[in-house]
Amino acid sequence: MNNLTQSHDYPGKLFVVEGIDGSGKTTQLGLLAKWLTAEGHRVFVTEWNSSALVKAATKTGKKKNALTPMTFSLLHATDFADRLLYKIVPPLKAGMIVLADRYAYTAFARDATRGVDRQWVRELYSFAVRPDLTLYFRVPIDVSVDRLLARRVKLKFYEAGMDMGWSSSAVESFRLFQGKVLDEYDQLVKEFGLEVVDAGGSITAQQRIVRSLVAQRVQARNLDMPLEEIIHDEPV
Amino acid sequence: MTSPSEPRDFTEAGANGTSQAGRYYGRGIPYLPLDGYPGKLIAIEGTDGVGRTTQTQLLREWLEVKGYGVIETGWTRSPLMQPTIEIAKSSNTLNKLTFVLLYATDFADRLEKEIIPALKAGFVVLSDRYIFTALARAGVRGVDRQWLRNLYGFAIAPHMVFYLNIDVKTLITRVLASRGMDFWESGMDLKHGDDIYDSFRTYQNRLLREYASMADEFHFRVVDARRTVDRIQDELRRQVSAFLEPAEKPAEPVLTR
Repeated sequence: MNNLTQSHDYPGKLFVVEGIDGSGKTTQLGLLAKWLTAEGHRVFVTEWNSSALVKAATKTGKKKNALTPMTFSLLHATDFADRLLYKIVPPLKAGMIVLADRYAYTAFARDATRGVDRQWVRELYSFAVRPDLTLYFRVPIDVSVDRLLARRVKLKFYEAGMDMGWSSSAVESFRLFQGKVLDEYDQLVKEFGLEVVDAGGSITAQQRIVRSLVAQRVQARNLDMPLEEIIHDEPV
Repeated sequence: MTSPSEPRDFTEAGANGTSQAGRYYGRGIPYLPLDGYPGKLIAIEGTDGVGRTTQTQLLREWLEVKGYGVIETGWTRSPLMQPTIEIAKSSNTLNKLTFVLLYATDFADRLEKEIIPALKAGFVVLSDRYIFTALARAGVRGVDRQWLRNLYGFAIAPHMVFYLNIDVKTLITRVLASRGMDFWESGMDLKHGDDIYDSFRTYQNRLLREYASMADEFHFRVVDARRTVDRIQDELRRQVSAFLEPAEKPAEPVLTR
């Protein structure tokens, strides 16, 4: 079983954005969603670690600082499995475009940084659907820190890798932890064929690249199709 | 792909079946190396209602009387995951993969916070159920077996695995005489029909077959659980004695001269 290395057969498309916090990937994903919707596509957006089921456990764990690298990894895989089967696969089957803000690659990069076995995590996620395109927004660590601080974003405990105990300063911990995450992402680019987008460029310039990469992978929607034909498309 | 640790598989167990004991089954947890901890891990396995918990408690008392420090652990008892698993069980929103992963998370929590520290401190850890229950239940539900074995590659191979073996007929009368049939233990989620008796029989039959298929792979010490509680306990004690005592004489002060 390794779906992550084999193309899927669903009529829909799965596009993923990856990158560390402050890389601007969520902004880019939002703009991409706007454009695709305006072009007449049905778009569904899903975020990392957002399923209701495991939110409770993640919260308890975070509050008590009780998560180990292994339980952190497994909880995220549980969340992912839940979203994959309920939120990602059905729209793909329905021929929709699914946009995922982070995907299994986030787990590969973060969990390896936390000391979990790389191969084990890859096999753990082998049930994932292979994306049609994964955009990796590569940003130098200083740029990402400056962006987050400028927005007065409070660095989150686990995102800053505070659980590793490398530094008691959130900013310093973020720098150390996410610096290692960047190294892991660099390995993933080759291993899984991620498309690298230079996240240091202007928002518009990046979005132009994003749209051209996506355009190569979607068909123009014919909105003029007569209603009867659409209805006949459904099995009777 | 990068792999810092040497790849090992469940199937590469030593011929005598003891070489893996106390080590990780698969890739393990790189940040928690297990170097020769003095404790011992003993798993009591078997299907629902076979008498595992009774046997585990009796074994514990006997070991403590002999002077061993004992820690008991079960399946789904970690404070981290218990509420989530209870919610999941009471609703019907869970798919089989999510279920497997929730249980694995729970196990990882107990492994790191209870089992490994206890082994480090020299305790005998008695596990009422172990990963084999998870493997059997998921196997019956059609989850990929290789994926499951990789998933549980972070589990520690017990020093002894007792498998309480029973036939479904005996099991049915035993369960009905005590507490009755429950939704999950009858595999009602598999939707074999509305009849709980039929569902229980079908499901437990498949579970028993699944356990049996693991006996060689994981070196189960198969114990006939159709016998009385005392007879079963005698056999467990005999085997545990034979294993523990050559290694270490427990504290048994001579009280009389």
